[in-house]
Amino acid sequence: MTPEPLIAVAMSGGVDSSAVAAMLKRDGRRLVGMTMQLWNQRRLPQLQVEGASGRCCSLDDVYDARAVAAALDIPYYVVNFEEQFEQTVVRPFVDEYLQGRTPIPCTLCNNHVKFEQFLHMADGVGASHVATGHYARLDFNSSTGRWEMRRGRDEAKDQTYFLFGLRQDQLARTLFPLGGMTKPEVRALAAELGVSTAAKSDSQEICFVPNGDYAAFIDGYFEEQGIPRQAVRGQIVDTSGKPIGEHDGVHHFTVGQRKGLGVAVGEPLYVISTNPMTQQVIVGRNEDLLRPRLVAKEVNWISIQPIAEPRPAQVKIRNKHEAAQATLIPCSDPSRVEVLFDAPQRAVTPGQAAVMYDRDLVLGGGWIE
Amino acid sequence: MGIVTIKSIGLFVYYFDHNASTPLAPEVLAAMERAQRELFGNPSSIHAAGQAARKAVEAARAQVAGLLRCDPKEVIFTSGGTEADNLAIFGVAGHGPDGHVVTTALEHPAVLEPVRARGNFTVIPVGSDGVVDPDEIRRALRPDTVLISVMHANNETGAIQPLGEIAAIAREAGVPLHSDGVQAATKITTDVGELGVDLYSITGHKFNGPKGAGALYVRDGVKLSSLQMGGRHERNHRAGTENVAAIVGLGEAASLQRKDVAPLRDRLEAGLLARVPDAVVNTASAARTPNTSSMRFPGLDSEALLIALDLAGFAVSAGAACSSGAVKPSHVLTAMGLSMAEARSSIRFSVGLGNTEEQVDLLIAAVEAASARLRKLAPAGGLVNLLP
Repeated sequence: MTPEPLIAVAMSGGVDSSAVAAMLKRDGRRLVGMTMQLWNQRRLPQLQVEGASGRCCSLDDVYDARAVAAALDIPYYVVNFEEQFEQTVVRPFVDEYLQGRTPIPCTLCNNHVKFEQFLHMADGVGASHVATGHYARLDFNSSTGRWEMRRGRDEAKDQTYFLFGLRQDQLARTLFPLGGMTKPEVRALAAELGVSTAAKSDSQEICFVPNGDYAAFIDGYFEEQGIPRQAVRGQIVDTSGKPIGEHDGVHHFTVGQRKGLGVAVGEPLYVISTNPMTQQVIVGRNEDLLRPRLVAKEVNWISIQPIAEPRPAQVKIRNKHEAAQATLIPCSDPSRVEVLFDAPQRAVTPGQAAVMYDRDLVLGGGWIE
Repeated sequence: MGIVTIKSIGLFVYYFDHNASTPLAPEVLAAMERAQRELFGNPSSIHAAGQAARKAVEAARAQVAGLLRCDPKEVIFTSGGTEADNLAIFGVAGHGPDGHVVTTALEHPAVLEPVRARGNFTVIPVGSDGVVDPDEIRRALRPDTVLISVMHANNETGAIQPLGEIAAIAREAGVPLHSDGVQAATKITTDVGELGVDLYSITGHKFNGPKGAGALYVRDGVKLSSLQMGGRHERNHRAGTENVAAIVGLGEAASLQRKDVAPLRDRLEAGLLARVPDAVVNTASAARTPNTSSMRFPGLDSEALLIALDLAGFAVSAGAACSSGAVKPSHVLTAMGLSMAEARSSIRFSVGLGNTEEQVDLLIAAVEAASARLRKLAPAGGLVNLLP
């Protein structure tokens, strides 16, 4: 008799991943729980705020995850991915901002840490699968031979926007037990299964950035790494190139931003783009932000083969964006795709992802140029 | 003994992490049970119940003095090795930066952190064999040096430090020498007179005694101020009612007859060197404690190996645990000049009471199997570059 396959559950200490562990345990699966230590919270102490919670890898979260694993009677380990996380998530996050783009560290973390290093660790300890608390659904389509990803049933919690980079070999070994559930259902089930974190509040924002203050994080990181701040100062210019103010670094700005420009002109001004070469922040009117098209690069196709013909799709250009009707057009470079929106979209932001859907089916996604 | 049953997870654990902690010896458990039941009196009390407890504490002190070959008056009981180290450093060198302290990169944080906290110190590097060069200590001495602290045997590698030579240097300079003997006690000779040390730390749970009881040897004549106030216990050196049962257990463990475990360690090393490709013994050239083996498995992630072994029922160690419980590469191995990658592919095996040849052979087979699986995996990362 072959032993029951081992599943590695990524446990953050939050309610979702705790519920995953409890559900799989209830179903009689053989589990090992692991918490990824990603970031040392003692770094950048100047950013710490008293009473801040829900930050990644805090000792409280590890304590919670350990307690849940103990209550479920499953082996549990904290695995140290700090180096990989810094190399593949934090540094690119900082670099992207400095290059005038607005990055998505959660996607980088999924691509390089949670579904790469963690899968590798699962392999190493003899686990055939990993399970996480993401809100997304996976099914194998035997006629196409592909794993298909669908939006989580709970539209408000759907996390497919951050999962577009997963390859078929990764999806084949991944379980998303919460994909068919709503958050209230997850909480209720967690409580029913006696999970101690059932009522814990949701984590917010980017886990390693206290209070969602990216610019302060980047400034703090500069300071820690000894990068002089003068290097990032520059001018604020209008769409004609006329200087109208100064700024402390392009990383303080994201496309579409209105507040914090520090310049007073008659009509409301928005960040249209940033130019890291000249350290300029270009501002203009709201309608200057509308774009009819975008090109996505490094496209990863999930539920379908790479497209050869134009096809309709709904495209999300940031997490809270409502997917907009568009036409996908293949480029001569197969790693790229052009997206033509039916109606122009506001604040198409380089560095964010364009994730393509056919209703709830995730076709694939790429990075906005 | 040896196979530890952890009931809550229904798992038999083959325990090869005796440098982290050890199971209680049956004699120790029996002595502690009796003490816990009967010796409830306060050793400071005048009445018979107090006197019985006092007598047991003093008997344990004599047992510890027997292990260290010192006068019982020179033994101060503490809550363990960390407190003994803190007491030695702060007690001799003070809390402030007045007076210079010399220590080594090999030390346990129980030494390094107090030294860094008080300031004004020199940390001596360590050779690639895991051993400190006494001449480096000599060169680091300054006219205002007030303390030298060098561990006796290292927790990660077992490498034994040349305390005799260092003691001669310290004596010549008139500077007191403290040694953290936590990993040495009961494994190698710990005759403090012969070693020439002035202060020496031990803890019970590293040699089949209980947690929560340790001792600091303070040579008669060494001036030591206390860290905590509130009573005249331990000759004014350590206020607080004595943890009688644990002290009794410490004494009992200090006086146990012990079997030589070096043949088990050597069997383990020989087996792994023969059966795991590229395996290397860290600090093979150094004199080592007989129970410790730090081995490197190039290309393998020791964290994954450790977890795989644990899931198969074998307890070993890899580096140090950080506050969350994650493994971080051993500062001892990197101080010896190992790269981060080398440190991250190192596992520490430490044998002890209850281990048998049969268990060692099972461990060898388990490491062989787990390392073969890890070796088959492609290195993580980078099949598709999804960086924007």
